Amino acid sequence: MATNGHRQPARRAGYPAKYSALGLFRRGLTHTEWPPAWRAHPIKRSYDVVIVGGGVHGLAAAYYLAANHGITDVAVLDKGYMGSGGSGRNTAILRSNYLTPEGVKFYDRSIELYRTLAADLDYNVMFSRRGHLTLAHNDSSLRTMRWRAEVNKAEGVDSEVIGPAEIKRLAPFLDVSQEARYPVLGALWHPPGGIIRHDAVVWGYARGADALGVHIHQNTEVTGIDVTDGRVRGVRTTRGDIATPLVLNATAGWATLIADMAGVALPITTSPLQAAVTEPVKPFLSTVIVSGTLHVYVSQTDRGELVFGASVDPFTSYAMRGSLEFIEGLAGHVLELMPALTKVRLLRQWAGLCDMTPDFSPVMGPTPVEGFLVDVGWGTYGFKAGPVSGEAMAQCIASGRTPEIIAPFGLDRFAEGVLVGEKGAAAVGH
Amino acid sequence: MILLPCAWCGPRDAGEFHHVGEATTRPDPRTASPQEWRAYLYMRENTCGWTTETWYHRMGCRRFIRVERHTETNEIRSVTAAGAPAEATR
Repeated sequence: MATNGHRQPARRAGYPAKYSALGLFRRGLTHTEWPPAWRAHPIKRSYDVVIVGGGVHGLAAAYYLAANHGITDVAVLDKGYMGSGGSGRNTAILRSNYLTPEGVKFYDRSIELYRTLAADLDYNVMFSRRGHLTLAHNDSSLRTMRWRAEVNKAEGVDSEVIGPAEIKRLAPFLDVSQEARYPVLGALWHPPGGIIRHDAVVWGYARGADALGVHIHQNTEVTGIDVTDGRVRGVRTTRGDIATPLVLNATAGWATLIADMAGVALPITTSPLQAAVTEPVKPFLSTVIVSGTLHVYVSQTDRGELVFGASVDPFTSYAMRGSLEFIEGLAGHVLELMPALTKVRLLRQWAGLCDMTPDFSPVMGPTPVEGFLVDVGWGTYGFKAGPVSGEAMAQCIASGRTPEIIAPFGLDRFAEGVLVGEKGAAAVGH
Repeated sequence: MILLPCAWCGPRDAGEFHHVGEATTRPDPRTASPQEWRAYLYMRENTCGWTTETWYHRMGCRRFIRVERHTETNEIRSVTAAGAPAEATR
C-alpha cells in the first residue's frame, strides 16, 4: 500500500470493515448489509478541536489531525449534510499548473496526496490523471502560459506549451481551425492534471476520520462563537453549546459569517459560480479542456456526461440559483470549441458559492483571535487543495506554528500588502 | 434575467451594469496609515442580507447608482443616484 510519507493509522478493530475484492464477493453471495461508513454520535459538551464545515477541507483537516498527530477529540460540524457545499458543487478538476512558485508548490503537494488517496483512505476516489489542456486564443494568454510553464518546470511540475497540431491530436473534437471566432493559438499542456469523484473524496475522508475517533455532526449549525479576552472559549450550535479552545473555520460561502461570529474581518466577497452537466454520451474527450477567453471548462466523466464550469457570476450574492443567461452563454462558448456537440442536451445546472479574495489566493492560518484559525477564501480553486489544506491546517493546529507551505497565505498579508497574485492562473482555469 | 432599476434609465438588464461593490467611504489618503488604506482596499463586510452597494451603468447612461439589495434573494429595495464619482468608485 502506498503510504505517501504518512504514518498509517491503526483502525479500530472490526469497524469499519476494510473494503476488498474478497469482501465484495462474499457480500455478493450472502447479501449481508454493509456496515455504515461512519457513525452518528451524541454531541459532546467539549472537544479539543471544533472544525466548522464538513466539506473536503474540514474533513481532511480532521483526518490528518487524527492520523498524523494523534489528536482525535475533534468534532466536525456542518449545517447541512457533509459535502453539501462547495465540495459537492465543484467540477472535480485537479491540477497544479499555477503561476506563482508559492501556488505551484502548494497545489502540487495536493496532487501528490490525491495520487495515493484511494490507497491511504481505503476508498475508491476514482482519480483519473487524464491531462489538463488550457487553451490560448490570443497573444497575451499565450505569454502567460509560457510564464506558467517555466514556473511549473522550475518547481518540477510537468507543464509545457504546445501548438494547434498537438492539441488536435490530444482532443480531435476541438475546433482548432483559423476560421473560428477565437482561433486556438496554443495551449498549456499539464499531463498530471485530471478529474476525480468529489463525493468519494468527502466520504473517504469522513470514513477515515470517523474510524480514528473523530465525531462528525451533520445538520448542526454554528450560531455563535464565544470569545473572551481575545481567546476562543467555545461555539454555540443549534444542538447546544460546545466548549473548545480551538475553532477552525473551514467553510466556503459562509466564511465571512462564521468569522464575524469571532469578530475577525476577512477580505472576502461571495459570488455564485454556475456549472452544468449534459446527458451521457460515448467517451470522446480524454482530457480536461479549459478556455479562459471563452470562460468555460469541459471534462467528460466516467459515466460519459460532459461537465461544464464557468467563471463566477458578475456580482456578489449568496443566492445559489441558476440563470438562463449563464446557460445561453455557456452553450455558445462550448459550441465555439466543439461544434459537433450541437445536438447534445443539458441534463441540469447548479450553482455553488465562491469566496473570492483580492489576489485569488486562499486565507489560511491564525487570526488575531487566539484559537480561531481560518482555512477560507477558496474562490474557485478550493476542491483541488483539499488534501494539502487539511494536512497543513492539521499541522498548524497540532504544532501551534504556521507550516512553511501555507506561510504565504496568512490573513496578515492584507494588512502588510504582501499579496500572492494568482489571477492569471486561477481566475477561470481549473 | 435580473432587472436593475437605474436611477436614470428605469429597469434594465443587470448585465448592462458593472457591479462596483459595497458602498464604502474612502479614507483621506493624506492622513490614512498604510494599514487603514489596505483595510479600505481589501476588507469587505460581505453581508448576507440587505446591503448598500454601488453599480455602474456601463452599457447605458454610464453613471453610478447606489443600490440597496438583499444578497440572499437579490431583491432590490431602493435605487438612488450615487454621489461624486470619486466616492462611488471606491
